[in-house]
Amino acid sequence: MSTIKKTAAELAELFASGEASAEEIAREHLGRIRAVDGDVKAFLHVDEDNVLAQAQAVDARRAAGERLGPLAGVPIAHKDVFTTKDMPTTCSSKILEGWQPPYDATITARLREAGLVILGKTNMDEFAMGSSTENSAFGPTHNPWDLTKIPGGSSGGSSAAVASYQAPLATGTDTGGSIRQPAAVTGLVGMKPTYGGSSRYGVVAFASSLDTPGPMARTVLDAALLHEAFSGHDPMDSTSIDRPVPPVVEAARRADVEGLRIGVVKEFGGDGYQPGVLARFREAVELLESLGAKVVEVSCPHFGHALPAYYLIAPSECSSNLARFDAMRYGLRVGDDGTRSAEEVMALTRAEGFGPEVKRRIMLGTYALSSGYYDAYYGKAQQVRTLIARDFDAAFEQVDVLVSPTTPTTAFPIGERADDPMAMYLADLCTIPSNLAGNAAISVPCGLADEDRLPVGLQVMAPVLADDRTYRVAAAVERALQDRWGGPLLAQAPDLTEAVK
Amino acid sequence: MTTTLVPYDEALTRYEPVLGIETHIELGTKSKMFCGCSTEFGAPPNTQVCPVCLGLPGSLPVTNQAAIEGIIKIGLALNCSIVEWCRFARKNYFYPDMPKNFQISQYDEPLCVDGHLDVEVDGETYRIEIERVHMEEDTGKSLHVGGATGRIQGADHSLVDYNRAGIPLVEIVTKPIVATGDKAPLVARAYATELRELVRALGVSDVRMEQGSMRCDVNVSLMPAGSSVWGTRSETKNVNSLRSVERSVRHEIERQAGVLDAGERVIQETRHFHEDTGTTTSGRSKEEAQDYRYFPEPDLVPMAPPREWVDELLTDRPELPAARRARVRAEWSLSDKELQDIVNAGALDLIEETVRAGAEASAARKWWMNELSRRATEQGVELTELPVTPADVVRVSALVAEGALNDKLARQVFDGVLAGEGTPDEVVEKRGLKIVSDEGELSTVIDEVIAGNPDIAEKIRGGKVAAAGALVGAVMKATRGQADAGRARELIIQKLTG
Repeated sequence: MSTIKKTAAELAELFASGEASAEEIAREHLGRIRAVDGDVKAFLHVDEDNVLAQAQAVDARRAAGERLGPLAGVPIAHKDVFTTKDMPTTCSSKILEGWQPPYDATITARLREAGLVILGKTNMDEFAMGSSTENSAFGPTHNPWDLTKIPGGSSGGSSAAVASYQAPLATGTDTGGSIRQPAAVTGLVGMKPTYGGSSRYGVVAFASSLDTPGPMARTVLDAALLHEAFSGHDPMDSTSIDRPVPPVVEAARRADVEGLRIGVVKEFGGDGYQPGVLARFREAVELLESLGAKVVEVSCPHFGHALPAYYLIAPSECSSNLARFDAMRYGLRVGDDGTRSAEEVMALTRAEGFGPEVKRRIMLGTYALSSGYYDAYYGKAQQVRTLIARDFDAAFEQVDVLVSPTTPTTAFPIGERADDPMAMYLADLCTIPSNLAGNAAISVPCGLADEDRLPVGLQVMAPVLADDRTYRVAAAVERALQDRWGGPLLAQAPDLTEAVK
Repeated sequence: MTTTLVPYDEALTRYEPVLGIETHIELGTKSKMFCGCSTEFGAPPNTQVCPVCLGLPGSLPVTNQAAIEGIIKIGLALNCSIVEWCRFARKNYFYPDMPKNFQISQYDEPLCVDGHLDVEVDGETYRIEIERVHMEEDTGKSLHVGGATGRIQGADHSLVDYNRAGIPLVEIVTKPIVATGDKAPLVARAYATELRELVRALGVSDVRMEQGSMRCDVNVSLMPAGSSVWGTRSETKNVNSLRSVERSVRHEIERQAGVLDAGERVIQETRHFHEDTGTTTSGRSKEEAQDYRYFPEPDLVPMAPPREWVDELLTDRPELPAARRARVRAEWSLSDKELQDIVNAGALDLIEETVRAGAEASAARKWWMNELSRRATEQGVELTELPVTPADVVRVSALVAEGALNDKLARQVFDGVLAGEGTPDEVVEKRGLKIVSDEGELSTVIDEVIAGNPDIAEKIRGGKVAAAGALVGAVMKATRGQADAGRARELIIQKLTG
């Protein structure tokens, strides 16, 4: 019996009933990684002995009668931005190559506690800055639907791992769309929880006021189960919300939209959007209407300013967050030959250790925070942020959720936008407003674009702390579309082992 | 550039000083500002650190509420308003002793604003206006090895100790202090002294300048007498004692007067104070200062201390130094000068404790201020460092009051206590220090003294009673001071005239 195409919920059931051990499940996934990851390149680090030891420990806990979480025995791919005390944590940057943290992120610790087995660390855009995973210092990851295409980013290693059945679940972080966009372009479910709903402790910071860890999975229910497993208040994170986790699993099981008011964001569509993406999006909206939702068009007039505001706020915070990488205490050290000052070693290390996109954002942010420019850039961007939050508030007075395409296009070819940062930034056009406002948003597959037969994502946005609502809508869409397709969208993806042969 | 110093009194005839003082105080919380590490002073380097205070990737700060309580207490004691809402800010600059290469501080939204502290100099009260009191974290400590000066220039290498990184630090900033004239150095010192007393009374810091838990940066500028346009200021760092606060202001006045007299411009810069010479030297020029790129700290939620909590801290606070001095002055019937002497000697706590333990205020003051202060000065230590306790003073006072000791013997008892011979009673016992009150024994000694001093005895017989003093002295000498001098006098006169 192969377990690799099973959902996390199914695997958890097999483990709980004793039909499969965590070790068996882990061994099969390690086999799959060996078979396909040479081409997909989703993982930066897999230590098979460590994985098997984790799995055996989970089996032992079960044998000892310990009450484990609902996802016990299930393997997971872990984005390399989370600290792990038994694995390196590099954020796909040369400056952290080989760094092994002395502590586990809160989410890492909660995964272990719940009995999940961490298969390894996944590739990403360096320090989570990018939308294609091409900004990794260790080479790009490939989209399992078409290996010449990008898997999205920055959580592209995580999306590719799950879409190629190397893991049923993955963690991601979403600062401007880094979970939802890779999920959309690989045919997965990816969820950005309400800011503060998932702990940032041990998540190497890109932009502190935006970074949000969240789940990635092949089904809405799996995403909800993972969401519930690692969320909840963390006293180690001052911005963590001290409230119960919204009932996301219940919502994913409920999967109905009867009577729900759904707003289509007027500003997202038209020029710059791929026709196949818009076609699938319109069909999804019609589907929701046919399921009993009331659909109206809603205007969010300031969403058009979200992208520029984001590209001031995120780089500003990153310029400060990444200052700590200075060769003094850990990570890369360049030029320390006894003749140079600490300051010179810092400069040489940072010049060599950071990639071009990271440097670009550090420079943008340093400039935006500089005396004399602060008000015009950082200050103004914060005002725009407030206006965007107010757009959401006004919209959510009329409707229960908002919907839009997750991304303007499907996965683009590796290399196509590498030299065009502005084109790259547009991939996050629709996802950024929810980062700026801190509300919940999910991406769920809604079909393949006619032009390229690549996945399209539907984004569902809900108010702060109404994360469950996004799962309700996504699950309803998933159920109805799977009925129409006769199975999951991923079943239509090429068989990688065949393709590779 | 060598500047000719202008003698202080002369400088003050032409220039009016303006001061500003920034004081950093490390709070004595058990744990650091944003993590659970210990703040204990003197631990081996880098043993009180964790991912948070080392700024490791992924770590996040969480505010220590005890530190917020400490700063609010200080703010209230300085008569500040405590704002209802404010944020931390990041101060960005690169330095190896700062683990994150930014310091979590406060910028345009300090927690406490608009206060004042009254200080007294030569009987006159000066009100020092407080601009702000804000919260921040301390940095690590660099040790530059191999150079002659311990400074980074000329060192082979540097070591960094992060034990201090993240210790809660309160910064207190005065508004410009004007119109102090030639009293400027004394006012600066009085302010630092009063601030230290205040914080110590609140119990939120040990405020030990020599250990760096209180550090002053002193800004000085001069303007021509009669002008209202302030001059360019210098900021003197490294001022690590109250005396240095006074001396550094004095020196800067003399130095800047010299610069201005020469027709030159005072440079806006930081300067370092040198204890040995009492002078300052140029540090970093502020004109090439970095841009700190302050912005609100996104890792921390804003501070919004509940009003009821602030009110509670105000209600529950201990007696502040000014109120205490007024009370003690009245209770002990002291003059301003006497009170000031007690405060300056650092004897207030000791005397008050001695009084609380049962001694008469006058006796407690006499022993601490005369006898024990003198010995502390002789030994070059603080009064509090003498190995004698208020309980010892209470006991000695009691022995004197009941006539078992006279002052001379009491001093010998203190000799013994200070020499580690035990409690006053043990010293009395061991050294055999008891007033001779046995009439028979005393009578015998007096007879011998009279016999040995016939001339004086004759004068007394002749009515010159005042001459008895000489015989009393001889009796005391013969008994090694253990006789009751009053009784001896009575007996002598009785024997010769009765």
